[in-house]
Amino acid sequence: MEITGAEIVIRCLHEEQVEHIFGYPGGAVLYIYDEIYKQKKFQHVLVRHEQAAVHAADAYARCTEKVGVCLVTSGPGVTNAVTGIATAFMDSIPMVILTGQVPTHAIGLDAFQECDTVGITRPCVKHNFLVKDVRDLATTIKKAFYLARTGRPGPVLVDIPKDITRDRCKFDYPKEISMRSYNPVIKGHSGQIKKAVQLMLSAERPMIYTGGGIILGNASPVLRELVDLLGYPCTNTLMGLGAYPATNEKFLGMPGMHGTYECNMAMQNCDVLVGIGARFDDRVIGNPKHFAQNPRKIIHVDIDPSSISKRVKVDLPIVGDVTEVMREMIALIKESIAAGHGTNKKALGHWWEQIAGWRTKKCLAYDQGPDVIKPQYVVEKLWEVTKGEAFITSDVGQHQMFAAQFYKFDYPRRWINSGGLGTMGVGLPYAMGVKLAHPDADVACVTGEGSIQMCIQELSTCQQYRLPVKVINLNNRYLGMVRQWQEIEYESRYAESYMDSLPDFVKLTEAYGHVGMQITKPSDVEPALREAFKMKDRLVFMDFITDREENVWPMIQTGKGLSEMLLGSEDL
Amino acid sequence: MRHIISILVENEPGALSRVVDLFAARAYNIETLTVAPTEDPSLSRMTIVSKGSDDVIEQITKHLNRLIDVVKVVDLVEHPYIERELMLIKVRAVGKEREEMKRMADIFRGRIIDVTEKTYTIELTGDSRKCDAFIEALDSESILETVRTGSSGISRGDRILKV
Repeated sequence: MEITGAEIVIRCLHEEQVEHIFGYPGGAVLYIYDEIYKQKKFQHVLVRHEQAAVHAADAYARCTEKVGVCLVTSGPGVTNAVTGIATAFMDSIPMVILTGQVPTHAIGLDAFQECDTVGITRPCVKHNFLVKDVRDLATTIKKAFYLARTGRPGPVLVDIPKDITRDRCKFDYPKEISMRSYNPVIKGHSGQIKKAVQLMLSAERPMIYTGGGIILGNASPVLRELVDLLGYPCTNTLMGLGAYPATNEKFLGMPGMHGTYECNMAMQNCDVLVGIGARFDDRVIGNPKHFAQNPRKIIHVDIDPSSISKRVKVDLPIVGDVTEVMREMIALIKESIAAGHGTNKKALGHWWEQIAGWRTKKCLAYDQGPDVIKPQYVVEKLWEVTKGEAFITSDVGQHQMFAAQFYKFDYPRRWINSGGLGTMGVGLPYAMGVKLAHPDADVACVTGEGSIQMCIQELSTCQQYRLPVKVINLNNRYLGMVRQWQEIEYESRYAESYMDSLPDFVKLTEAYGHVGMQITKPSDVEPALREAFKMKDRLVFMDFITDREENVWPMIQTGKGLSEMLLGSEDL
Repeated sequence: MRHIISILVENEPGALSRVVDLFAARAYNIETLTVAPTEDPSLSRMTIVSKGSDDVIEQITKHLNRLIDVVKVVDLVEHPYIERELMLIKVRAVGKEREEMKRMADIFRGRIIDVTEKTYTIELTGDSRKCDAFIEALDSESILETVRTGSSGISRGDRILKV
């Protein structure tokens, strides 16, 4: 039996067992929406702006092991979605973005709501397709899901002209797909793994540094086994938080620009650095020349060969799936220990002593006085009140760093933020995506008064779908991170970083049908949080009026090295 | 250092753009680029001449391999190879210049493929240095127009680039 292209789209999504899609209708996708109307297997979530649809689907993927799916119309639907797509691309999030396109006969004629979707999105997707024949539609969607979730994951876009959704053909969804040009390496090179294990066991000052790859590769349990077996210090990047429990002694905190003193010193002074599913990002290692000043051997495990030796020259590259490679490492280490060749316990003891010394700096200490709320305090209390088990989304800026530093993530996929692109406005739509995936879990969006206003319209979506997330607005009336840089690098000339004419967030929230609170006193922080989280079925917007000029410490200025941290204003 | 990167790529719309965009987005340099379908019409063969340190070229090949449409990538200069470029050059050929031009073309094993009262059009193949040398050898005043294909390359001997 022949069915329409629109029906094929729906059948494909059913085949992929999609439960939620996020989108916004428009002319070019109306046949598809008509079919959505007729089915019940997945829920469509209508956002208020296409950017939020992509962010929500992105978060949905981040907090589950599924592929996020969204659907937008041609032209402005696509251009609005681009920020979301680029955000997902930078963090390697598996997503399928379905976009409407003007009919094939109108392509290239500057039709109404036409844009070159494939051209516009090419640099920020793993791959994209323009479907020109309805008979290719099912296979193309199958390829999109396959590409999105395998290898180094990423967003894949399928552009579907309107006439294709009306044309008919037989539906045949391929069970398997193979592409001669796409064969990600899964198993690491055994010889390299053997050498890596020897190097790891002979290390005197080892450091295990992991990133988002561990989360994406569902490798957290194996990482824990590896770290615990070796007894080595471990750090997770901003993208990798929760891969190793933050409350464990072996966890040194986050590395990089706003990482902990002990972690950055260990990164700089170790003799063997084992990077797994991390990419030696500029925010993580600072100036590569300074980083290279200390001699150390670097082992780098990554599924993407192009991540290896990109910013930092690596001594022992291993291309492969992080779980597979770590499993092989663990087996070899166990063999070696059984044969009496374990780790260098004596050297390791000295190394831990050195780390303990760095820890005494207490680089994250802050002083919560009686009058003004410190943003760090709010996050610490949030951690306590939610027992460290909530899903935390954040926007981008100081609040993001405070959340990363002070919410101790013990589980993977609980910390959802835009690490690579650094997109302000993701927090609320991220929280929506997470809440839909985990309706019974506590979901909080840690944000600031700048970021939240970039997607605040989604409070309306939250009302429509009854998404009782908690918004933790750390309101310092400044674009805090911009202001901090201006203070430190631009002699406190606060150009356009002051937020005047802020809305009354309580009234605004209430206008959307939610609960609003304003908290101004430190003593009210904890009771307010408890009250808010008791309201299981309500979205609560908590407007915390915080210290205006609190800075995020430690900080490594641009161009500086890992051991050149500023620990506080006194270092300026 | 000069590298010659040979790429087998799916003969799909947009595949060329993906490759060229990659060079632009990552600030890699393209000296010349040639592309045409192979004996298998589903595949195109591309030759890109690029300059860069070994590290940069390594990144280029890795990133090319990451493109979904790219099937295979090799850097030809790692092994013995042959490189050819076709140049068409239109030169002024009047009076005693006419004989001189014919002689130069012969020396470089070029062929005159079009003749008018005042011009010759010469076809020349060789590696890019040979084409450069021919241009150098001519009086720049006499060159009216040049068009070059850019280099195509292939490995010597048994080494083949195939799916």
